[in-house]
Amino acid sequence: MEADVEKLKKIARQIRIDILTMLVESGSGHTGGSLSATDILTVLYFYKMRYDPKNPKWEERDKFVLSKGHGAPALYAVLGRAGYFGLEHFHTLRKLGSILRGHPNSAVTPGVEVCTGSLGQGLSQANGLALAARLDNKPTRVYAVLGDGETDEGQVWEAAMSSAHYRIDNLCAILDNNGLQIDGTNKEVMNIEPVVEKWKSFGWHVIEINGHDIKAIVDALNEAEKIKGKPTMIIAHTVKGKGVSFMENKVEYHGVAPTRDEYERAMKELGAN
Amino acid sequence: MTKMLGTRDVYGDVLIELGTGNKDIVVLDADLASSTRTAKFKKKFSDRFFNMGVSEQDMMGTAAGFASAGKIPFASTFAIFATGRAWEQVRQSICLPKMNVKIVATHGGITVGEDGASHHSTEDIALMRVLPNMTVIIPADGYEAGAAIKAAVKYRGPVFIRLSREKFPVLYPENCEFEIGKAKVHSIGEDATIISCGLMVHMSLEAAEELKKDGLNVGVINMSTIKPLDTDAVLNAARISGAIVTAEEHSIIGGLGGAVAEVLSENEPVPLKRVGINDKFGMSGSTVDLLKHYGLTKETVKEAVHHVIKMKGIRVRD
Ligand SMILES: Cc1ncc(C[n+]2csc(CCOP(=O)(O)OP(=O)(O)O)c2C)c(N)n1
Ligand SMILES: [Mg+2]
Repeated sequence: MEADVEKLKKIARQIRIDILTMLVESGSGHTGGSLSATDILTVLYFYKMRYDPKNPKWEERDKFVLSKGHGAPALYAVLGRAGYFGLEHFHTLRKLGSILRGHPNSAVTPGVEVCTGSLGQGLSQANGLALAARLDNKPTRVYAVLGDGETDEGQVWEAAMSSAHYRIDNLCAILDNNGLQIDGTNKEVMNIEPVVEKWKSFGWHVIEINGHDIKAIVDALNEAEKIKGKPTMIIAHTVKGKGVSFMENKVEYHGVAPTRDEYERAMKELGAN
Repeated sequence: MTKMLGTRDVYGDVLIELGTGNKDIVVLDADLASSTRTAKFKKKFSDRFFNMGVSEQDMMGTAAGFASAGKIPFASTFAIFATGRAWEQVRQSICLPKMNVKIVATHGGITVGEDGASHHSTEDIALMRVLPNMTVIIPADGYEAGAAIKAAVKYRGPVFIRLSREKFPVLYPENCEFEIGKAKVHSIGEDATIISCGLMVHMSLEAAEELKKDGLNVGVINMSTIKPLDTDAVLNAARISGAIVTAEEHSIIGGLGGAVAEVLSENEPVPLKRVGINDKFGMSGSTVDLLKHYGLTKETVKEAVHHVIKMKGIRVRD
């Protein structure tokens, strides 16, 4: 299927606006990592994945795992825009009783497949989803987005070995490689390089792209679908805080919501009306 | 107005004090140094600070190695990841060989707030208490936290100290004493005694004060060491008061309430009511909303006191 890149760009812009609107109202949450994953999630939900928001449990659907669960606002923005729930829920993020919890919770949010938030656990769950689909002869493809800091967790590498061992080719993982975690850069806190070689040596097909280039994301996801006999890892080079100049590449914006003033400035930059 | 002080803020300062006097102290963190306040130690003693990245299991194992080689490692992260994610590393590498590792975890309980269930820590007391050789401490204010951390260094063996994200009202003087395994008995009530820990201590004190208006004489014990439990203090209160309430920011299963129930039922079975989280996961929300929703308030403690006193009345004793 031909991708409408311009349309996807427009959606991504709206998703960024939604993320910041949710966050400024909740007063807490993870801004930087939501914005870095936005273009990836946009292409997944508005180009690549097959799903039916009116029938969230449709058995043939593709499945998404946000392993870096703190990026929840980005996931909620695409789920809301995709029609899984009313946009009015955006205003309830992180408030008592809301279906939009601080971290993704499949027990309460339509469209969320698994519980994440404790880092390092998503790829294992994605393996399980993908193996089950294979067992049941379902066309389901499974996508998982991981943080680069998240790959410090040993479980990620246990799962990486399993994906290759079981030749899980209906699985595509995407690394949101923004170079930052909480206490600083990956290089300062825990060096994860050489990242391409690592995933290759674990038996994965690896594609390296600019994670904000919509066309590149489209092409990589299409390539992944054609790879047989092994899982695919898309190393997406991203910028934390992407789309808002004063948030870009700033470790300080990891776990804080924008202030009202920052929000207004961000809306101007994004051309919101 | 009551002075408020963060137990984790005190931790950062005490680490520097301890690290200055003792070169064997090393500090490990798992990419949360700014939140746990170990970043303060890093700034001063960068050569003795080790950020392990987001890898709690690896951090606990490394801490065990440091301890085996004679160092005094402090390992810090959020309470759920220290006790939950790395539980078996703590059991195998730290508790089994009785390694001198100090696990100081912040963000205990549900006052973590908006991050929600994945980040709340409502099972950590149970998880640590069940481990042989482990000492479990939950300070009730910032100054008690400081004293407890210093006491933990004087003691040789594994210690788990649970701190909070929230600031607590100050209850004790800055230079207060801390003896591991010794309860702070504020008072023993004629009608009932509340045994609590952490954030619930100040609420229990307020509850006891307000219950005076109902003509009730209610005592309060701060059980800051959950293990080894001060059983003498528990049994003494049970004998005098004849009714006990426990209060904790934790599941009612396996924590302070569980520990007290074990001691009472085997030695002095008096009516008991456990105030805590009733076998549920936390939701996202503000601290205030969550405490209210899960019944961690002085009102709930007061209701529990009325309940045990009523039970005492209908019990047939000879
Ligand atoms: C097991 C676990 N340990 C610690 C945390 C706290 N934490 C939340 S986000 C984060 C840093 C993650 O960095 P990265 O994966 O690079 O995320 P991104 O830069 O995409 O936001 C940490 C340590 C957690 N959520 N789970
Ligand atoms: Mg990152």
